Amino acid sequence: MQAEISLAVILIIILLADLILKAPHHKALQTLTCTLMVVQLILNLVPVNQELFGGMYNSTTMASVVKTILTAGTLLVFMQSGRWLSGEDTRHKAGEFYLLTLSTLLGMYFMVSAGSFILFYVGLELASIPMVCLIAFDKYRHHSAEAGAKFILSSMFSSALMLYGLSLVYGTCGTTYFADLPQALTGTPLQLMAMVFFFAGLGFKLSLVPFHMWTPDAYQGAPTPVSGYLSVISKGAAAFALMNILLKVFTPMTEEWGLMLSVTIVLTITIANVFAILQQDLKRFMAYSSISQAGYILLAVLAGSEQGMTALVYYIVVYIVANLAVFGVIGAVEQQTNGRVDREAYNGLYQTNPKLSFVMTLALFSLAGIPPFAGFFSKFFVFASAFHTGYWLVVFLALVNTIISLYYYLLIVKAMYITPNEHPVPAFRSSALMRTSLVVCLIGIVLLGICSGVYQWIDKF
Amino acid sequence: MDYTILILALPLLSFLVLALAGMKMPHRVAGAIGTLSLGAVAVLSYLTAFSYFTAERTAEGTYPTLTPWNIDWLPFTQQLHIDMGIMLDPISVMMLIVISTVSLMVHIYSFGYMKGEKGFQRYYAFLSLFTFSMLGLVVATNIFQMYVFWELVGVSSYLLIGFYYTKPEAILASKKAFIVTRFADLGFLIGILIYGYYMQTFTFTPSEEQLMKAGMVLPWALGLMFVGGAGKSAMFPLHIWLPDAMEGPTPVSALIHAATMVVAGVYLVARMFPLFIGFAPSVLHWVAYIGAFTAFYAASVACAQSDIKRVLAFSTISQIGFMMVALGVCTSMNPHEGGLGYMAGMFHLFTHAMFKALLFLGAGCIIHAVHSNEMETMGGLHKYMPITHITFLIACLAIAGIPPFSGFFSKDEILTACFQFSPVIGWVMTIIAGMTAFYMFRLYYCIFWGKENKELHAAHVPHESPLNMTFPLMFLAAVTLIAGFIPFGHFVSANGESYDIHLDIQVAATSIVVALIAIGLATWMYAREKQPVAEMLARRYSGLHRAAYKRFYMDEVWMFVTKRIIFRCISTPLAWFDRHVIDQFMNFMAWCTQAFGVTVQPAQSGRIQTYTMWFLGGIILLTLVLLLF
Repeated sequence: MQAEISLAVILIIILLADLILKAPHHKALQTLTCTLMVVQLILNLVPVNQELFGGMYNSTTMASVVKTILTAGTLLVFMQSGRWLSGEDTRHKAGEFYLLTLSTLLGMYFMVSAGSFILFYVGLELASIPMVCLIAFDKYRHHSAEAGAKFILSSMFSSALMLYGLSLVYGTCGTTYFADLPQALTGTPLQLMAMVFFFAGLGFKLSLVPFHMWTPDAYQGAPTPVSGYLSVISKGAAAFALMNILLKVFTPMTEEWGLMLSVTIVLTITIANVFAILQQDLKRFMAYSSISQAGYILLAVLAGSEQGMTALVYYIVVYIVANLAVFGVIGAVEQQTNGRVDREAYNGLYQTNPKLSFVMTLALFSLAGIPPFAGFFSKFFVFASAFHTGYWLVVFLALVNTIISLYYYLLIVKAMYITPNEHPVPAFRSSALMRTSLVVCLIGIVLLGICSGVYQWIDKF
Repeated sequence: MDYTILILALPLLSFLVLALAGMKMPHRVAGAIGTLSLGAVAVLSYLTAFSYFTAERTAEGTYPTLTPWNIDWLPFTQQLHIDMGIMLDPISVMMLIVISTVSLMVHIYSFGYMKGEKGFQRYYAFLSLFTFSMLGLVVATNIFQMYVFWELVGVSSYLLIGFYYTKPEAILASKKAFIVTRFADLGFLIGILIYGYYMQTFTFTPSEEQLMKAGMVLPWALGLMFVGGAGKSAMFPLHIWLPDAMEGPTPVSALIHAATMVVAGVYLVARMFPLFIGFAPSVLHWVAYIGAFTAFYAASVACAQSDIKRVLAFSTISQIGFMMVALGVCTSMNPHEGGLGYMAGMFHLFTHAMFKALLFLGAGCIIHAVHSNEMETMGGLHKYMPITHITFLIACLAIAGIPPFSGFFSKDEILTACFQFSPVIGWVMTIIAGMTAFYMFRLYYCIFWGKENKELHAAHVPHESPLNMTFPLMFLAAVTLIAGFIPFGHFVSANGESYDIHLDIQVAATSIVVALIAIGLATWMYAREKQPVAEMLARRYSGLHRAAYKRFYMDEVWMFVTKRIIFRCISTPLAWFDRHVIDQFMNFMAWCTQAFGVTVQPAQSGRIQTYTMWFLGGIILLTLVLLLF
């Protein structure tokens, strides 16, 4: 519980600081928040196993590790959001950004360490509702407001369906506790339906096909740091929660959810790839990329084994560094060019900003799964775990899709290095924190795969 | 011995620093960084060797095998895992000394040799990378680590041979070296995979039970590994890359293509020696036959070359053949009964590294002085370059096997081992040793005495090199003078037992006599201004002379095999298949994907109503799928 408590304390500190500090205080707030996040990381570095409130709250060591990873990812997002938050129209509400983001993070904490559907649902909502405000943060920009509206409507719809599913579970079993449910579940048609509804709710958060339609609009409309946050942190938490619950609760229906996941995975990866190829807008493109990545993450869930759990957490870590690197670069270029996020803006970027292009290239390589970058290893482990459980056809289809994904990731690399451009984005220097975060991501991309210790460390829990 | 990790870490660090920031540094600083870190590595290696060889022996009287540092890098199963670490045993410690000494000398020498070259920093960065890889190779704790560093060595060799990347010959040579050794490494890799697959381990010392599991495939695995070793060590017919590799800077040739990388194959065989002896003695003897043939072939080619670096290159190939023969003629682990060759091979590796590096560095000085590799531009140089002359002579005497220079002792041990195995091999190797003496002194006379190219020397007077180039020569010459008296048997022997080397008088006397006759012949033919005998011989046996000069057309044979047979009969149909079937299939897939994307794009309408419909539809579909199947 200490992670939740300390995060809540940090929330309150930032709230007070926002009130007390004199405007413009966006810089001080960023420093303060980042420092506090580091403190939070240090405080919760040692994973704990804890059960409280009669099983309502049940944080395994793995959940604890996941929370640490999410916190680290959020810290990276905060480091990248400085330049955006110092704009004329955003600097007075910088505090709100940190508060809202941390509230969603707190919600995710509860999501991954819930021991009952009640707490899980509360966590899920806590992670969703502030997210709407975040997406609509630039509310005077048409796109942002529209994205917020779309997100809240879809979110409400999916929550309602999920709640309906959960009520069916409670209705047929008489309990919401994860510990008691496996004995009560028998796999009747009603319970099957309940499971699908529950899955759709999390599928919304993970943006799986066909629950993904909101994603491109939301990513495109939301401020870039928020898109980054949405694509990695929110997804990571949802994926872990999904695996946790499917394994712990729906154990008697393993075969059924295996089939359900197989169908969804193949659909998700294929459809997302097909759409990604046609995108010109980089944020929209990254939305589809993140949808297909979610499909790969699900392969680990599909494995449903210890190995799969490790592969999942490892995938999340690797995905966080690579995706945040891409969003960091997108954000930096966007700030420099008055909001240009189309691919043409990147033509010839290498000539003027070689370092930024280099980071972007490695991150895209990692996302595409090219060895020796971390993305290759994370994909490898995910595939291996699903293969071990016997889903070789799904693995094969996913492999074919990685080849397609290579094409569209390389389109951006081509734009940066090869496509000629007479007026590329002029050379610029991003803020110190932004550069630090990109360096951290770069180190992660290069080293996470080669240093096998990381995977083995996760494997211990 | 925790500090041994620094031996690997320092060159790596220096490589990273020079590679990332080198271009901004002045030449002098970049060189100093590389040289100082290598100096530290050398000191640490000597320290390691000293403390290793003075430490207590085990109960059986052998030196213990230490692993001061090891991490479990990639675990596949409980037994099968790839480690990265440092292993110290007599031969790896010996190699540490060889590599760090030669590398340090080359670093110092390059200050003078590469002075003012464009890309000086890059050069030092690559030297550091190479040294790191080579050190990692010899201290490998398992065969897979060895392979990883083996490839790194190949890459750095490629980078260094192609250092003058504006010269087309250098580019071709670097490509050739890389492709030929890579091709051989394929054998090595397959060998490793067989080894790992059947024995479930990558260690050098598998347990009895694991060996039982391997059974009959072990000789195959070892044979395939030797193919990789033969590629790196330029054994016939995979030797073709080494002469061309001389296009690289001369100090690089001294370091990589004389002293360190090319003996990696010998080291590999020595590393797997107990397994060869125990389970694949016939493969080991094949190593000997291949080595002997290579030694003979290279020695005869060396007699007819006119480029001094090529002569040295073929001499290296021939000498590596000697080492391979030494290992191959072993029949047991006992140095007194058939196991002498192990010690002899390692001893020769050590002494050869020193005097061959000396020869190459000397050749570098000469090339520096006359700006050409061809013998006809030389002659009579002893007047101009006294230090180079004396040190070169010392090295020639050593390689010819004249006592008390180091080469005599190690070669004598090899010959003794050969005679123990079979008199035929013994006599063959003695004759090849005589050929060695002949072509080395032919080289020596043609450079320093013989017919002087006065016209050229008048236009540009050859001069002795600066101290930073002559110091390594003198140092290595001193080592060559004393290395023969190292009681090598106390440090390295097949079963670890410590014993005194003793000279077999009969063998020693024979080899000295043969060497002296050969030197006398060379003196008679080449020492004077006019060389009627040599010219007459070349004219009378012009076919043979041309064939030897052209390396017995081995390159042409390879070109025929690759260009005419492989390219035409295998590659062309494959290329056609690739272009018309595979590529077209891919294009078709891409077209399908695009078309599908355009077709389904309208579904993403941007309207929330549609989104919800898809959402609901999805749920219903999934439920139906679950209920129906």
